[in-house]
Amino acid sequence: MKKFLVAVLALVLVMTACLASAEGAIKIGVIGPMTGAAADYGTSVANGAAIAVEEVNAKGGIQIELNVQDDEHDPEKSINAYNNLWDWGCQMIVGTVTTNPCIAVGAQAYEDRMFMLTPSASSTDVIADKDNVYQICFTDPNQGSASAQYISDHTLGTKVAVIYNNADAYSTGIYQTFEAKAKELGLEVVAMTTFTDDTTDFSVQVTSCKEAGAELVFLPIYYTPASMILQQAKAMEFAPIFFGVDGMDGILSIEGFDTSLAEGVMLLTPFSADGQDEMTVNFVKKYTELYGNVPSQFAADAYDAIYTLAAAIEKAGITAETPAEEACDMLIAAMQELEITGLTGTMTWAATGEVTKSPTAVVIKDGAYVGAQ
Amino acid sequence: MKKANKKLSANLITYGIVIVAFILCQIAIAGIIPGFKMTRSLKGQLIPICVYVVMAVSLNLTVGISGELSLGHAGFMSVGAFSGVIMGMWLNKGMGVENELLCLLAAIVVGGICAGIAGVIIGIPVLRLRGDYLAIVTLAFGEIIRNVLNCLYFSLDGSKLHVSFNNPSIPGKLLVNGPAGATGVNKMATFEVGFVLVLFTLFVVLNLINSRSGRAIMAIRDSRIAAESVGINVTKYKMMAFVTSAFLAGMAGALYGLNFSTVTAAKFKFDTSILVLVFVVLGGIGNIRGSIIAAALLTVLPEMLRAFSDYRMLIYAIVLILVMLATNNPTLKNAIGRIIPHKAKKESDKA
Repeated sequence: MKKFLVAVLALVLVMTACLASAEGAIKIGVIGPMTGAAADYGTSVANGAAIAVEEVNAKGGIQIELNVQDDEHDPEKSINAYNNLWDWGCQMIVGTVTTNPCIAVGAQAYEDRMFMLTPSASSTDVIADKDNVYQICFTDPNQGSASAQYISDHTLGTKVAVIYNNADAYSTGIYQTFEAKAKELGLEVVAMTTFTDDTTDFSVQVTSCKEAGAELVFLPIYYTPASMILQQAKAMEFAPIFFGVDGMDGILSIEGFDTSLAEGVMLLTPFSADGQDEMTVNFVKKYTELYGNVPSQFAADAYDAIYTLAAAIEKAGITAETPAEEACDMLIAAMQELEITGLTGTMTWAATGEVTKSPTAVVIKDGAYVGAQ
Repeated sequence: MKKANKKLSANLITYGIVIVAFILCQIAIAGIIPGFKMTRSLKGQLIPICVYVVMAVSLNLTVGISGELSLGHAGFMSVGAFSGVIMGMWLNKGMGVENELLCLLAAIVVGGICAGIAGVIIGIPVLRLRGDYLAIVTLAFGEIIRNVLNCLYFSLDGSKLHVSFNNPSIPGKLLVNGPAGATGVNKMATFEVGFVLVLFTLFVVLNLINSRSGRAIMAIRDSRIAAESVGINVTKYKMMAFVTSAFLAGMAGALYGLNFSTVTAAKFKFDTSILVLVFVVLGGIGNIRGSIIAAALLTVLPEMLRAFSDYRMLIYAIVLILVMLATNNPTLKNAIGRIIPHKAKKESDKA
């Protein structure tokens, strides 16, 4: 027992030694799922942020030090990760990546006066009643109504089927606003089926969509179940237009997934990796070189988050010595006045923390995301 | 007489460990002694540690003392968490009870009672069965309750509480929003209450074990036929252990729910049940003190391993395997026996 305690103590000492850091750099913490079912989002965010930090540091002005902590998409672990960063002397947070952990960490950060800029936690609950939490991504209600609007505007189909995860807040949230908007726009929802987290057989859901004669299937879900739905639809020779939202992003980087199955799938996301502007081309090139796959929207969101923070830090005049509480108020003031043009469009922020930018649709062609016309 | 004294002193040691740990934590939080200050990261885990200790001790009552494998302990925790959160928030926001401690205590009691009722409902049909049926049904219960909670919507409209199933459009502010779970929960839980809850759990479980009923429960575990033949009511005593276990798990759940500003049904998956079972098995089945230590250490361990980043879950698994091997190693047991003689005697008693 004693030996074990000594070992634990030694471990703690080693850890504190590891956390000793560079002089004069502003400390930014990143929280997200680096392991577990949502790991793709977390690692994308960490990678995107790392690229942005390197670029910002190379410019020679503000120096940023990044510390990435895993939360396994669990609020409890996320609070642990946050506390860990707090011990490190973190001044602001990029995160958390997923919604529920973000609500938990947001409440704690609000109490501590720690500024948070989440790249991808899209629920309105994330920013509700908190002045210190800002978003880079759209809120869920926005995504649902924007999807319905896009489908209707581009007359992609009038008979729409929906498959969504009714055990997931993100999916349910988008579905609810989609349904309301669809009704308003005269889209006919011919089939609505649900599944839960553990579902692996989607034949019931796909069959009911097929039998209802759906021309378009709306999938406000994450990419893992979406990939299975595509596979099983193919097996049933059911080929409508599949339309997803930003959770679908990442489907092409699933290991062992036949990307030809995703051919023609459309998704609404603020970022497409084939963009011709210089910024996107540079980012995609760097990302592909470093990490070996095409960046998803999450990586782009994180990249923008770092640039946004860098701009806000500059505007507010924050240095490495500014305590987190003071930095929080200075950043809140600075965020209101910012207008950032990043990979995911031109963004401005309201005092609630909600972002304003315009969504674009991308379609998957030859195993890559291509901007839809 | 001597045996009774031995048991009493063993129990006192268990209480002592908990109390000393609490006092040490308080000293570390206050930072009175220079260089002995608790990190924020460890401080944040104190309440979850209390929760998992209560969970492990209560599960040990079912698995170790009553000898029934339960795989749905997280289900009872979720019942407690949600009923506790609803009770706490209703008192605080709906009825205007300002004192958060009072709300928390009421929430914990209500959480325990609701989980206890769930325990009765599951227990009545199942505990009459023999063999592994309890494991299968508790597993199913854990899954069912999670899916039901995903479809439940509670809202608070003034002091009125509305409930609906699969339909979020109810008047007032949503307290529990289906799969999004409860959001915007006040963080009422405190470490002190967690500590008291651990002591309460120990008090209940240790007294039950050392009572007439406890001996009946263990007799049933050791030989059901023999116990029946001397007139012990098997179902009654099994129920007693099972419902007490569920009740305590519900209390832990309520404390857990009120510690984070959000709680979702997805947290109380099969994984969480297994995690608690791992605490029990690692600490020693039937060994209450072992459960406490295992639950506390295994909750802190993954955080301690953060420096290893991506490899930490791998190392966590290796540590588990090593501990299991080490505690069952005869050479090591002999070595310990040489240092602490009475342990060796105990081992030879068993053999």
